[in-house]
Amino acid sequence: MGSITLSKVSKTFGEAKVIPSIDLEINDGEFVVFVGPSGCGKSTLLRLIAGLEDVTGGQIKIDGRDVTDAAPAERGLAMVFQSYALYPHMSVRKNIAFPLKMAKMEQSAIDKKVADAAHILNLTDYLERRPGQLSGGQRQRVAIGRAIVREPSAFLFDEPLSNLDAALRGTMRLEISDLHNQLKTTMVYVTHDQIEAMTMADKIVVLNRGNIEQVGSPLELYKSPRNLFVAGFIGSPKMNLLEGDYAKAKNGKTVGVRPEHIGLSKDSGLWKGRVSVAEHLGADTFLHLDVDGIGPITARAGGEFGASYGDTVYLTPDETKLHRFDDKGLAIRA
Amino acid sequence: MARKVTTGAKIGWTILAWVVALLIFFPILYALITSLKTEQEAIAGFSLIPSGTLENYITVQTQRDYFKPFMNSVILSVGSTILALIIAIPGAWAMAFAPGKRTKDILMWMLSTKMMPAVAVLLPIFILFRNFGLLDSRIGLTIMLTLINLPIVVWMLYTYFREIPGEILEAARMDGANLWKEIVYVLTPMAVPGIASTLLLNIILAWNEAFWTIQLTTTNAAPLTAFIASFSSPQGLFWAKLSAASTMAIAPILILGWFSQKQLVRGLTFGAVK
Amino acid sequence: MATQNTKTLARLMMAPSVIVLLVWMAVPLAMTLYYSFQNYNLLTPQNVSFAGFFNYQYFYTDPAFFQSIWNTMLLVLGVLGITVIGGVAIALLLDQPIFGQGIVRILVISPFFVMPPVAALIWKNMIMHPGYGVLADLARFFGVQPIDWFAQYPLFAVIIIVAWQWLPFATLILLTALQSLDSEQREAAEMDGANFFNRFIYLTLPHLSRAITVVILIQTIFLLGIYAEILVTTNGGPGYASTNLTFLIYRTARLGYDVGGGAAGGIIAVVLANIVAFFLMRAVGKNLDK
Repeated sequence: MGSITLSKVSKTFGEAKVIPSIDLEINDGEFVVFVGPSGCGKSTLLRLIAGLEDVTGGQIKIDGRDVTDAAPAERGLAMVFQSYALYPHMSVRKNIAFPLKMAKMEQSAIDKKVADAAHILNLTDYLERRPGQLSGGQRQRVAIGRAIVREPSAFLFDEPLSNLDAALRGTMRLEISDLHNQLKTTMVYVTHDQIEAMTMADKIVVLNRGNIEQVGSPLELYKSPRNLFVAGFIGSPKMNLLEGDYAKAKNGKTVGVRPEHIGLSKDSGLWKGRVSVAEHLGADTFLHLDVDGIGPITARAGGEFGASYGDTVYLTPDETKLHRFDDKGLAIRA
Repeated sequence: MARKVTTGAKIGWTILAWVVALLIFFPILYALITSLKTEQEAIAGFSLIPSGTLENYITVQTQRDYFKPFMNSVILSVGSTILALIIAIPGAWAMAFAPGKRTKDILMWMLSTKMMPAVAVLLPIFILFRNFGLLDSRIGLTIMLTLINLPIVVWMLYTYFREIPGEILEAARMDGANLWKEIVYVLTPMAVPGIASTLLLNIILAWNEAFWTIQLTTTNAAPLTAFIASFSSPQGLFWAKLSAASTMAIAPILILGWFSQKQLVRGLTFGAVK
Repeated sequence: MATQNTKTLARLMMAPSVIVLLVWMAVPLAMTLYYSFQNYNLLTPQNVSFAGFFNYQYFYTDPAFFQSIWNTMLLVLGVLGITVIGGVAIALLLDQPIFGQGIVRILVISPFFVMPPVAALIWKNMIMHPGYGVLADLARFFGVQPIDWFAQYPLFAVIIIVAWQWLPFATLILLTALQSLDSEQREAAEMDGANFFNRFIYLTLPHLSRAITVVILIQTIFLLGIYAEILVTTNGGPGYASTNLTFLIYRTARLGYDVGGGAAGGIIAVVLANIVAFFLMRAVGKNLDK
């Protein structure tokens, strides 16, 4: 079991209101990602759930039990830290066994659990090494191993992949998703990287300045962002946000169109633009264009779309997939 | 890093560096050489080649009971350092891992107590010691050395503890360690190198402290500093013996010092220079 | 980290060191302040009476007082000057590629570990002695009249001894700082056409400024209290020629058994030390804030 309920949770550091008031329901077995720009309060929110910080107001429940004032260890949660926080003086085996030892488990049971965890995480050959002798990815797996042996009711991840290089980050993303599918335990995952959020989450919580901007599945957020902030934050490359005559014609203050929802042609189209930068990624080509009467626009083309600096390209936005926002920045639902 | 260096330049720098180093080291070397001379040789003019007698060392022990001040030095320096560590470790731990608004001020204040001139409190301390019967006692002097080195011990430990990442302690807390277990299993093993350097450096400082040790002792508790200072009056007569006593007084700490070069910089600059 | 529990606990853990230091600061200082207003001589302990500002007046009008302050300043500044300049020079030298660098380092830092009485006695008897010292031998070798250091230049002789003890400290710290200078910065400067002199002025020296500040702060703390070196060599003389403030107070208090006078001197020393500390701490506090 591992459902977490936050009611009216708030946190103040001195004068600064980091989190004004948050209500959130995390269901058992869900993979929930907190995402937002740095300083949005996502890590603080995680640490409040972990019990590493005291809440200023509100209530936190785990499986219906009020844990607002409980010590971290009493909450039955496990956490994977950004710096991995491995104990440098202990072998991998001892690192993974540490929480079990703290729970006064029998040595034979500890050995078995450590062996199982090491097997799942491909760490069997490294059990006698010290953390200093491991690569970044291996350290990450040890940190996860230390978390899973406790069989916690939920895992908390605090930007666990941000210290890894790009290739390893991709691999670890898959491993963590795979782990979630195997264990089916609740996971709460904090990141500033919307790609991690989109690829891993069952449910994404977009945070900005300590407030929840939107909660929903990755596709919900992609298809119908509730406001300008979510629209700009989710999706890569970013949604084009247009103001002015075109927006007025569509009855909105701002109109958003994703780069992948713009048709491109060399002969004709609604808008005419010149290529300023063409990024050829192989499968895709991202074109950054100056469009007459509109401004800069990013559009996605197929990998074979040959265009280079200075070329003239015609663009046609897919009008069925436009996002319209009013002058408060909220989405207008037709 | 691969800098081009000609062998010629390297030899030139080497010669210059060795000349400077030997000049600086010369007084110590010459004391060692003199300690191996007879008293006649010692005043017979400049010579780097002694007759190699060990008689002076034997005389220092038999006539002046060198072993007693030596043991006093060991007891005082080690005792006061351990006492200071016991007081300072919890405080430094708290300041490093749960810093408050005033932590920085408290640290600065502690350092500033080192700037209080010792001589300003010489009389009260002397009178207090006399009234409590602590004059010329090892206990009294141990307390004294603990007090004067405490700020430095706190500072050094603080700079070492601060380098232990806070996330590791949080991880231990998440893993179910209570405060006691956190200290035993996680903090202590990680802090041991820092504590060891602090220990080493403060033994050196306490060993060489030469104001209170001279002021507050006469014979019983007198460590080597006071013992050697008592040699200042007999002019020229016992140079070889004085050299032998000096050599023995500085040798142990010199060797400790060589091993603690790196920590010395960190420790004495309170982590400001690494 | 900062749960309420941890905060309370943190205060408790800090309490021993803070309280011990507070008592150690306050009690003797309060006693010194009290004694400084008393007529109190250890030879006649039954005659204790209120003295008003007499002790201060006595200390202030003593010609030795101003000489001792002047001597203290010369001692501190002289040693600082020698050790900082010498330290930078030797650190630069040791930073060059040389054979046997480890041993050279050990030789250079050794004087720092020599206890003050030993350092002073070695210099007094074996180096600077007008009859048998190495310098006298050297002078005679060149056919010059040997210098009687402690009679002719007593304060300068003390400065030399103390500087010898602290030169290693300055060197070691400056060398450590020097070695932390990014080699890419140096290479960039070489590419930019800066010669050795320019690199020293524009790159090395600014990089060392923090370490130099630290050296000055820490040495000042210790140099203001120089005592054993004077006791063993000149005993403050001839006259008051090598008496610093510490030594003058020691003389009044311990040799003159004058508790009141010594205490007044102590309070003056505290005030002066605080003035120095105020400026030093401000400078250093600024420099240490990263």
